[in-house]
Amino acid sequence: MLYRENGQFKTTYRADEQIFPIAQDRIFIAALLAFAFLVVPLTAPEYLFRAILIPFLILSLAALGLNILVGYCGQISLGTGAFMAVGAYAAYNFQVRIEGMPLVGSILLGGLCSTAVGILFGIPSLRIKGLYLAVATLAAQFFVDWSFLRIKWFTNNSSSGSVSVAGLNVFGLPIETPAHKYLFCLAFVALFALLAKNLVRSHIGREWMAIRDMDVAAAVIGIRPVYAKLTAFAVSSFIVGVAGALWGFVHLGSWEPAAFNIDRSFQLLFMVIIGGLGSIMGSFFGAAFIVVLPIVLDNLPYWFGIPIDTALASHMTNMIFGALIVFFLIVEPHGLAKLWSIAKEKLRLWPFPH
Amino acid sequence: MGFLLETIIGGLMTGMLYSLVALGFVLIFKASGVFNFAQGAMVLFAALAMARFSEWIPKGLGFDNKLLANLLAFAAAMVVMVAVAWLIERLCLSRLVNQEGITLLMATLGITYFLDGLGQTIFGNDIYKIDIGLPKDPLFLFESLFQGGVLVGKEDLYAALIAAALVLLLSLFFQYTTTGRALRAVADDHQAAQSIGIPLNRIWVIVWSVAGFTALVAGIIWGSKLGVQFSLSLVALKALPVVILGGLTSVPGAIIGGLIIGVGEKVSEVYLGPHIGGGIEIWFGYVLVLFVLLVRPQGLFGEKIIDRV
Repeated sequence: MLYRENGQFKTTYRADEQIFPIAQDRIFIAALLAFAFLVVPLTAPEYLFRAILIPFLILSLAALGLNILVGYCGQISLGTGAFMAVGAYAAYNFQVRIEGMPLVGSILLGGLCSTAVGILFGIPSLRIKGLYLAVATLAAQFFVDWSFLRIKWFTNNSSSGSVSVAGLNVFGLPIETPAHKYLFCLAFVALFALLAKNLVRSHIGREWMAIRDMDVAAAVIGIRPVYAKLTAFAVSSFIVGVAGALWGFVHLGSWEPAAFNIDRSFQLLFMVIIGGLGSIMGSFFGAAFIVVLPIVLDNLPYWFGIPIDTALASHMTNMIFGALIVFFLIVEPHGLAKLWSIAKEKLRLWPFPH
Repeated sequence: MGFLLETIIGGLMTGMLYSLVALGFVLIFKASGVFNFAQGAMVLFAALAMARFSEWIPKGLGFDNKLLANLLAFAAAMVVMVAVAWLIERLCLSRLVNQEGITLLMATLGITYFLDGLGQTIFGNDIYKIDIGLPKDPLFLFESLFQGGVLVGKEDLYAALIAAALVLLLSLFFQYTTTGRALRAVADDHQAAQSIGIPLNRIWVIVWSVAGFTALVAGIIWGSKLGVQFSLSLVALKALPVVILGGLTSVPGAIIGGLIIGVGEKVSEVYLGPHIGGGIEIWFGYVLVLFVLLVRPQGLFGEKIIDRV
């Protein structure tokens, strides 16, 4: 009843090209952003920031980056953790080695280094496709893990690759409390989500999707596969690298290569698939699901007052997590974003469907 | 020279064991187009079942014969693996027919989590031993040719022989039995196979059971070498480059790929490792595969990928 576009006429091309063509959507997003920027920092308890909100924001940024590569360009990557690691460690090096480097500067430069590595490991995608490519990207994962563990220069000669940063500040403002960290991440996420959304609506996004749907046909109509695939790798690994730098700097504070191991890559891929391939919104849904689910499962026995052995609890968590993943894939292979759009379609006709 | 030979032989034996795990991947991919990431979890699950049954069965039935206990445990573990195969097909794969490869891959990742959790819930999460009586003492070969001879672990040798025998057995099964022929038909073309009356669902259960069988053998061998514990499931990550190197659809490819990566890994670790920091075994296989794929995108023995619009 409330959600329909009757009477909203578009009289200019600009109006026709908006991200959210329906006024109610615009109001909803504006309200959501206002809530996230103004209400949450003042009201949320510290635990919520540390355990859920900050990881959720950073991982949804990483999932967004991965979604560009997997969902929009159709190149499966199992090496996302590696690109996060490159972003984190490169940003660390910029921060430590260059005197007076601003935090945002090192994070973005970390992203750029990740872009370079991403393009390098993206080159095989020009020849390798599908599952073969998926395994080939694992090469990035293992090689990067190894090099941060063994090559001392990357980690400023710290033992076993564990590094830490302290005293973060942006333009003189310190980032200390969880609420500050949350706002810092939120600003990044909001900005990158907008960038990504516009990018996938532009000609380059259409090229990616054409490559995804059928690369030979796309090449025939004049899309350069080399350019399209490598830009997808570049953009994706830039965003993932920035997310990695945020994960290290803001969420963890001190970290070692294991923070970005293969489990992280799988976790991100789960987010993208469960959230919905080829959907910006889906990345957020997926991240929320995968971040919150283990916490809920861990706490479930306590809420119901069932005494349970911790080892057994962690196995049960694994089992339920795995089963839910399979369940979701069976029920809705197109992800939560699909459910969201079905709900919106239904809502437009509610309460008088045809 | 003797040392090089020793390294190579060591590599060949490890490689044979990689092939054993890789074989499970190839069988399932060939027959159902599913890239089964859960193979590692199946190895762990099977090894856990074997280790615990060989403890429980003698205790429960009250006898003390190791051979009999092992045989019974093997049979019981095999029953469990068939049940797992049947359940996976029934509850998961038959509902995901016609989905894209990546969705199926994700589903097997979900199965991986489930099996890891289930195995450790049922069978416990300590480190267990599997003792099938493989001799542990080393063997010296070619003592007349080189000074000191070439040192070979007897355990490794037997393990490699078992792996080779299994591969031979599977090839014969695929080549000469009716079921094997049906499996090859399904691998070739699902629709055509179905249209001449081959029941796809049953074939998939069989394939997953056979993969479970290879997982069991791999689990026993790896388990008796390293002990049965969670890290056993990581063997699958070592076997992935083997599968891709040999080609996803080729059984001989899995064997030869395993041997190449086994040898390459050992030789590079010994001769290259000290110069660039050691531990390069972790990524050697993957980087090698990356370069091979640049030349042959379908792996060494895979079917040529033809793109049509």
